[in-house]
Amino acid sequence: MLGSVRSSSLALALAAICAASALGAETGAKPAPAPARVVSINLCTDQLAMLLAAPGQLRSVTMLARDPTVSVLAERAQAYRTNHGHAEEVYLDWPDLVLAGRYTAQATVNMLRGLGIRVEIFEPAQSFNALQEDILQMGRVLGREPQARAMVDDFSKRLAALRASAPKGPRDVAATWAARGYMSGSQSLAAEIITTAGFAPLAVKLGRKAGSFLPLEALVMADPDLVIAGQSRAGHAHSEDMLAHPALRSLTGRQTALQSNAWVCGLPAVLEAVVALRATEGGTP
Amino acid sequence: MTRPWLLGVLAGAMGALFVISLLTGVADPGVATSLKALVLGGEGPLDIVMREIRLPRALLAVMVGASLGLAGAAMQGLLRNPLAEPGVIGISASAALGAVLALQTGLAAMVPLALPGAALLGALLGVGAILFLAGSGGGTLGLILAGIALSALASALTALVLNLSPNPFAAHDIVFWMMGSLADTSFTQVAIAAPVMALGWVLLGRSGRGLEALTLGEDTAASMGVNLARLRLAIVLGTAAAVGAATAVAGTVGFVGLVVPHVLRPWVGAHPGRLLPAAALGGAVLVLAADIAVRRILPGQDLKLGVLMALVGAPVFFHLIWRMRGRP
Repeated sequence: MLGSVRSSSLALALAAICAASALGAETGAKPAPAPARVVSINLCTDQLAMLLAAPGQLRSVTMLARDPTVSVLAERAQAYRTNHGHAEEVYLDWPDLVLAGRYTAQATVNMLRGLGIRVEIFEPAQSFNALQEDILQMGRVLGREPQARAMVDDFSKRLAALRASAPKGPRDVAATWAARGYMSGSQSLAAEIITTAGFAPLAVKLGRKAGSFLPLEALVMADPDLVIAGQSRAGHAHSEDMLAHPALRSLTGRQTALQSNAWVCGLPAVLEAVVALRATEGGTP
Repeated sequence: MTRPWLLGVLAGAMGALFVISLLTGVADPGVATSLKALVLGGEGPLDIVMREIRLPRALLAVMVGASLGLAGAAMQGLLRNPLAEPGVIGISASAALGAVLALQTGLAAMVPLALPGAALLGALLGVGAILFLAGSGGGTLGLILAGIALSALASALTALVLNLSPNPFAAHDIVFWMMGSLADTSFTQVAIAAPVMALGWVLLGRSGRGLEALTLGEDTAASMGVNLARLRLAIVLGTAAAVGAATAVAGTVGFVGLVVPHVLRPWVGAHPGRLLPAAALGGAVLVLAADIAVRRILPGQDLKLGVLMALVGAPVFFHLIWRMRGRP
């Protein structure tokens, strides 16, 4: 008697486990329902999500998304609530999906995951290929794959056209140079923008793969043809004063280009940076 | 008696360090090539490095050093206290606050000379606060306590203003304003600082005779025909101008006005009037040497001047305190 009760409860438990795993297999096969309350805590995922999310799907973006010096969608970001990327405020929004970058504060990501919230991590795009991967990943996690596919197709078409119309002949050397002397490396989005625009990145010439700080003297001695200066932000910073150093003007003797907001994130807007940079090349000083 | 000899040695050292400073940097194409590029000039990269980067930097090291050395010697003469140094008693920190306010409000970008002007004003308020709190008699305890309080307040306000700035790099600037640096300065900064510094040099340079008389006590000095109120005003204004302009372009470079007069005082026979020109040259020598050292220790990385100055200055400070033990 006792034994049979035991065996029957065991059977019940087994059945429950089987049912659960069957259910799991089923949800794995079918696409999961698209998340309905998405919060982004990274400037680049902010913008990708704004481009791809269904109406009402994206709940909030970071404050930075409204800053026109770094965000190409600053105006559109006005329509969203903003966050500062802290776990507390994000959690209080009850998101079913949080979008974060690889270098978003690890403590925040860990805490959100500890609270049972799904966090999707995006690699910062260091190339036009990686940029397209990011778009497709965003499409997958938001349940907007067709839209992402279309965006990638359009991007690669425009990129191919730009590459086909690239100027031939010897390439001028160009370098990005931002606050504190930061120069993007040869394996970066900036280097790909420079290359596609028809210049040779100084980082390639100097063999600097990763982004690094280049002292003013070293930049002048490397003698690039074009310096693409970082954009000064509102308010003053001593770290940015060097971008206005008279030596830079003497060095290039031509108009220096600016790193616009399109240089910051891996978005289709990078092609606009390419077009603008190409216009500088033939532009009158 | 020893004075012309001493000034000659200091000027020689300054000249030598000036040339070494010109030859110090991440690019090192050799002495002859560098000096040729400096003198003959041209359009090449090395010419730009020598004429637009290294020359203004070396000039500013001389100007900042001379200003701080002079201000230290004059303040110490006025307060008759060897610890009265603009950096130690918070005058540099007040000047930095003035400069940061001018920059963050956008005033510095709109009005020429607003930057050194605001730093001068900040320094003036600082000197005023110190004299008010510590009294012009120069009691050490009051002076140092007032200086600590003023430094803490001015530094905290500077950090607050920079943290409130919409610019994400502004908070990083706290290090620059508190430790000082001459990295990436240009002739723009030379032009900004020069007029205000010159005003300070004239005011302080002319106070030598008054300071000499003051060593005999205020009453004796007054009986010798020294207008004490005017002397005080000249030194307060001169210090504010010299320290303000130096801080506006280089941040807070501490201890120069403490170390230089301390080292040179025995050589001028404790004459504050003779100390002034020697302290100006000595300050230039010290800041030139420190600015060469920061570039040799960490090439291209902008090690702050304040780090080296504190390493040199703190032991002098300890020594002074050791000597003053037991005195009221």
